[in-house]
Amino acid sequence: MPQQSSQTILDVVTWIQRHLDAGLSYRFACRVGMCGSCAMMVNGIPRWTCRTHVNKVMRDNSLTIEPLRNLPLIKDLACDMSEFFEKWTDSKGYFQGSTTRHDPVSTLSPNSPQRRVADAATECINCAICYASCDVVNWNRDYLGPAALNRAWSLQNDERDSASAERLSVVAGDAGCHQCHSQQGCATYCPNELNPTASIAGLKRMVAKAYVRGELGAGGKGRQGPESDA
Amino acid sequence: MKPHRQQPLYFAFLLHRLSGLGLALFLPFHFYVLALALEGNAELDQFLHWSASPLVKFAESGLVFLLAIHLFGGLRLLALENLPWSNSHKNYAAMALAGGFFVACGFLLRAF
Repeated sequence: MPQQSSQTILDVVTWIQRHLDAGLSYRFACRVGMCGSCAMMVNGIPRWTCRTHVNKVMRDNSLTIEPLRNLPLIKDLACDMSEFFEKWTDSKGYFQGSTTRHDPVSTLSPNSPQRRVADAATECINCAICYASCDVVNWNRDYLGPAALNRAWSLQNDERDSASAERLSVVAGDAGCHQCHSQQGCATYCPNELNPTASIAGLKRMVAKAYVRGELGAGGKGRQGPESDA
Repeated sequence: MKPHRQQPLYFAFLLHRLSGLGLALFLPFHFYVLALALEGNAELDQFLHWSASPLVKFAESGLVFLLAIHLFGGLRLLALENLPWSNSHKNYAAMALAGGFFVACGFLLRAF
């Protein structure tokens, strides 16, 4: 295929679909590193393909492009992301407030230590690169994974959130933060340079403190969705 | 090794895991030798004489390396999980490896 300057892996895949195989299935949307939908394995390493330049990752004039690891395949390069997002929900990775629109807007200092910690974990684009790079996900299919736990950590540090105790019980469970072996593949390959391992370590400390204080709930056994708590 | 695993902290994980397995495999042998002391002096003396040979001493330094690297690696993990986050874990892993070599070489020097 013709090589061009600043050519990305997504450009390559698109060229193949347009010129060689019209049936090639893959997923993308924004093409500028915002949406997190175009991640694939490139020469065995998970990468966001729209921001990965061919000349930086090509080895011996060849490229191997595969679907993301650790996720069920739908077709060609398109994975089923359902379990990835379900685990996000299972870990209570959604904000739960205790005020209504009639209450005054909360005042948060951007410089408070808690807010800084939360901010450091909030730029996740849900690309699942951390999920694909994690061997623990591969070993234990119930493990919530780096992205979901990173999200849980950012919410645990959100002063406005009111579901802290329930979320901590879930992440302290069998599928939660204590499964992490700190291999740090997630932090190594995160395209936004987030550090889920640091977030998971923070959750482990938080769980340990809650346990010592007797504040830890029943805990999660495997994956738990919102419906199981109803 | 798969490409996504080729990063320093995966190697640190692997070394910690393999050294732990090595020590676990050694433990039954260790207990067996301790049991010799209960069964009779002659057998233990025979073993101790055998263990004084240079090849066994050299192998023993490997065991000391496993023990030291597992200890230092374990301390790194305890720090990772219990202290505020540090971005120097690659350095700490390298220090654990260097510490393991240092202790093993020290043992080897004292053994001969």
